[in-house]
Amino acid sequence: MINIDAKNHVRGTSIYLDDIQEIHGTLFAQPFCAPVAHAKINHVNLDSALEMEGVVAVFTHSDIPGANQIGGIVPDEPLFAEDEIHFWGQPIGLIVGTSEQICRLARKKIEIDFSELPVVTDPREAANNGSLIVPPRTFNTGNVENAWDQCEHIFSGRVEVNGQEHLYIEGQGAYAWPKEDDSIYIASSTQGPTAVQRTAAAVLGLPMHKVEVNVQRLGGGFGGKEDQATAWAVMAALASKTLQKPVKISLHRMDDMMMTGKRHPYSSDYRIGLSKDLKILVYEVTHYQNAGAAADLSPAVLERTLFHSTNAYFVPNVRATAYSCRTNLPPNTAFRGFGGPQGKFIIESAIARAASALKVPADRIQKRNLLSEGDVMPYGQKMTQALAKETWEQCAHEFELEKIREEIIEFNATNERHKKGLAVQPICFGISFTNTMMNHARALVHVYTDGSVVVSTGAVEMGQGVNTKLLQVTAESFGISTDRVKLESTNTLRIANTSPTAASAGADLNGKALQIACDRILSRLQKAAAEKLNANEIELVNEKVVADGIISDMNWEQLIGLAFSKRISLSEHAHYATPTIHFDKKREKGHPFAYHVYGTAIITAVVDCLKGTYEIDRVMLVHDCGQSMNLPVDNGQIEGGLVQGIGWLTLEELLYDERGKLLSNALSTYKIPDIYSVPREIAIRHFETEGHELAIKKSKAVGEPPLMYGLGAYFAIRNAVTAFNPEADFEINAPYTPEKVLKDLYKKGGGQEKEAVHEAKQTELF
Amino acid sequence: MLHFVLNDRELKTTTNPATTLLDFIRYDANLRGTKIGCREGDCGACTVLLGSVENGEIRYENCTSCLTPLANAHGRHVVTIEGLNMSELNKAQEAMVSCSGTQCGFCTPGFVVSLCGYTLNPDTSLSRTAKDAVDGNICRCTGYKSIERAAGQLQEDLDNLGEAITLDALIDKKFIPAYFREIPHLLDQIESEVFIHRGKQPVGGGTDLYVQKQDEMPFMEVVFPFKYQNGTRIWKEGSRCHMAPLCTASDMMKAPFLKESIPNWYEYMKLVSSNPIRNTGTVAGNLVNASPIGDLTAILLALNAEITLKDTADRERSIPLNSFYLDYKKLSKTPEELITRTSFEIPGPGKFNFEKVCKRKYLDIASVNAAALLEENEGVIIRASFSVGGVSPIPLYLRKTSEYVQGRELSESTIMEAAEILQSEISPISDARGSADYKRLLATQLFKAHFLNMFPSQIKMSELI
Repeated sequence: MINIDAKNHVRGTSIYLDDIQEIHGTLFAQPFCAPVAHAKINHVNLDSALEMEGVVAVFTHSDIPGANQIGGIVPDEPLFAEDEIHFWGQPIGLIVGTSEQICRLARKKIEIDFSELPVVTDPREAANNGSLIVPPRTFNTGNVENAWDQCEHIFSGRVEVNGQEHLYIEGQGAYAWPKEDDSIYIASSTQGPTAVQRTAAAVLGLPMHKVEVNVQRLGGGFGGKEDQATAWAVMAALASKTLQKPVKISLHRMDDMMMTGKRHPYSSDYRIGLSKDLKILVYEVTHYQNAGAAADLSPAVLERTLFHSTNAYFVPNVRATAYSCRTNLPPNTAFRGFGGPQGKFIIESAIARAASALKVPADRIQKRNLLSEGDVMPYGQKMTQALAKETWEQCAHEFELEKIREEIIEFNATNERHKKGLAVQPICFGISFTNTMMNHARALVHVYTDGSVVVSTGAVEMGQGVNTKLLQVTAESFGISTDRVKLESTNTLRIANTSPTAASAGADLNGKALQIACDRILSRLQKAAAEKLNANEIELVNEKVVADGIISDMNWEQLIGLAFSKRISLSEHAHYATPTIHFDKKREKGHPFAYHVYGTAIITAVVDCLKGTYEIDRVMLVHDCGQSMNLPVDNGQIEGGLVQGIGWLTLEELLYDERGKLLSNALSTYKIPDIYSVPREIAIRHFETEGHELAIKKSKAVGEPPLMYGLGAYFAIRNAVTAFNPEADFEINAPYTPEKVLKDLYKKGGGQEKEAVHEAKQTELF
Repeated sequence: MLHFVLNDRELKTTTNPATTLLDFIRYDANLRGTKIGCREGDCGACTVLLGSVENGEIRYENCTSCLTPLANAHGRHVVTIEGLNMSELNKAQEAMVSCSGTQCGFCTPGFVVSLCGYTLNPDTSLSRTAKDAVDGNICRCTGYKSIERAAGQLQEDLDNLGEAITLDALIDKKFIPAYFREIPHLLDQIESEVFIHRGKQPVGGGTDLYVQKQDEMPFMEVVFPFKYQNGTRIWKEGSRCHMAPLCTASDMMKAPFLKESIPNWYEYMKLVSSNPIRNTGTVAGNLVNASPIGDLTAILLALNAEITLKDTADRERSIPLNSFYLDYKKLSKTPEELITRTSFEIPGPGKFNFEKVCKRKYLDIASVNAAALLEENEGVIIRASFSVGGVSPIPLYLRKTSEYVQGRELSESTIMEAAEILQSEISPISDARGSADYKRLLATQLFKAHFLNMFPSQIKMSELI
């Protein structure tokens, strides 16, 4: 089934936040922000701005009736800066006027008098200063100290992996209007309606039941609207409530890029020990996460980095430590993969450098160490239905890995200017919010007397197709045509206390709740039909009532009419909480994930060794969707995630200067993939498997895992560079931009440099 | 008063002609299918079509409405996504739906508009396909493969029409709505003269002005000094190419005589921004903008172009382009002077090469770009002019390097020696497009690339390392 929104999308009739028809008298607002990354605010002069014709009001922290606080996990983030500025682009206030343009001109007249303070942008420097968001955490398994002695090869080094701008094409925005009785309506482009509701209530000093949040859809989220959509919605609500007028905020792109956080950059130290036959015996890693100026979701992101520090490998002795470091960048936040991709990238880098030093293909080490059924991960979960080896084998066999390898060797031997590289990228990604308490959801189903059905859940549609899957669940539960079902917006009055639509879990959690709701209505309908038709068993098939295996004369509409006449409820509100999961943060052990998603990709790249430019040639992958309930939707997630991952590790380069100012602040300086820069070929095969009971209809979560196939792009390019310049050792510093590639191609010198240390000889000495 | 056709309606407005077409469409006309993505022409969410009658035939081009001054819609047919809707899906929409080319949908109207624009003017002479029509549209969800498949399906539908892609055939086969038939007639009724002489800021295409002065432009007193000229914006006279003030990058790209004499012309021009920007931005605007990294500037410097300037008293003078740039954004030109003509000697086949490296190959600003005009005779380079961008405060004509190479033997040692001179002529700085070190290295690599591309049998890469 094609995405249910597709027909409206292609006609331009889908309504996004900025497309809502403005109510008469609507005012427009634009935030104004810190022009420096760290400073003490001495004075803010609003006079000239307020004098401008069309400017209605300017709000700052002193206009907030409730708490000036929007921090979700840690209360460390004011809505508007008070005495101090902690990052460049931190909101200081909000200008409200009769048009957006007037607000933007007025903004230029606001004078901020400040005294600059030292700026820290490097997470290691922050850690050295003891400036951490939360205390560090360590996952331990086996005996790391003793394991080094058993190793034939030990390598250590440092890896840098940069962040990533979400670049949802629809920028951040919100539209609020006053309701009677001090209440407020907020239309928000958020993945977390409840976060908006809770925060707006606290800032406005209202009980949550006076704040209604509605989300129709997002023009892309990718994690960037999980927590960071909140500020704008709360600002609109504040202005609207105070002025008793509708107020709309739509951020301009450069403001959006400057003011919002991104995927976390990480700087990590690794030490990896291998046996003579390339078994990874021990892995030690320390991650320095660049959290930015406030906690936002960083502690949760940090946790997932630790969970995924060994990717799809079984390593018996592991010590993974992570520091969440407070710097003067915008608060970094959720982004597809949520810290997992960084954790995986570090161990893949360790393996790549070990492979270079040992002159073996990295995939030999990777394959040797894939996890198996029954292996226990460093966080204590015993792996079941493990498919790491299985997807690898199918991928290598089906796409003829050895043949590809030979072709590349041949190509490189006969081509001077262009070199090709190959990488294999296995993935293993845990499904569930790592914070166990967030793994529950609600659904509301009404069947109307004409037989049409309306469904509300806590899931937010942002292009991932969750509404399409939920519609399938409903239609299949009732045995009715999909035309009868409508998915409604996500609204906090209809569905309360939602978890954000995140962690790839939207369809699983909300779908399971929806199944329960549908099943309850269905069983009441079945009972009514059984009585009426004098039958024992009732089924609904193709809109017909089937009584004891025989198609009756009664259709869906008649059944609904019957039930209503018998005063049977045609509505249901259901709740679902994921069973089996638990995690003990004191011991850092437990069973945090409902299940895991597996897959393997082969990626090839070709580098122009004169110019340092490259193309990702082919990506061939075998993915574990379980039993996909919607192949077009799932394939769209695989292709889209993969390309977003490739973008992160190749051309998407976040640049801040030493003063903490974002230099890559527009689409002209921050480049995401266009239609020409994606792989020439993407081939997808689905691993045939039974799926998992905890996945909706055994169709596994698919939003995040495919992004991590993109890691292979880095290593495929690296291998091509090595083919041209085999003697040099290259630091691993993602993304691998054409600049870094060209410099590596012409990097002089050979052997091991200080960044990657082969310690084998030292250990032999002891 | 501006007068144009918006979708199926004729329209007159007194809205400030400097307003962006995007704001007019969304807020004055209240059509919300055209989206705001970046307001700098880099995402294509706001793509619309502009149709004009040229030589009795209506032609459509896509443009980013965020960088299009409302004034440039005068006398033309503006088509938004709403203007492409019919009771059933049109062919482009159908292809996007059936191939799952849409996820969050925010970029989708822009893609559909670009694809529909392509069906209206497939430009088969440029070996362009439907995929090339969306080079200015960015999608963050799909990874493009599904859009590529949709473009493929649309191309097939179009190919099935056979030779004659007429407006009637497109309407009959549901590529576009039937009202398109009436448009040429409606446009005929519009007085095409635009007379907007209100302020001091001259605007050609506006593709950089509206990026640099996004907040100010809609409030500015602007002047649109040139009348839109149908069909005759670029022409050949003898062996020279001449361009009128409103000649766009697309006009230059499509000029058949340039494609004839420079076989890779289409590939070079494809590296310059994207379809919608090329359709809007003018060559003269690019020259006056004086960006040290302008692509057309680099190309025209190496081609030894000449520009003609005219002031308000109609006094004219012509100067070589390579003497136009004095310092960063400082030009050999009075504020009153406007470029009225750009011309250059058309090189023979195999004598011109253009190189550009950026983070992303297409729709990106170069880290370094470089152009070369070279002529060799019996192993001797008898003519050489090189330009390079992004490594100096001005678009740089490499005077010393060119002088050194001219008259010397075509050999690796000449190239290596000339590269040393090139290094003495450039002064790159570090910025978002790359570090100074990188740009230095890259400038040399691109210099070598000219020779490797133009003389593959005489020059060996291994000798240049």
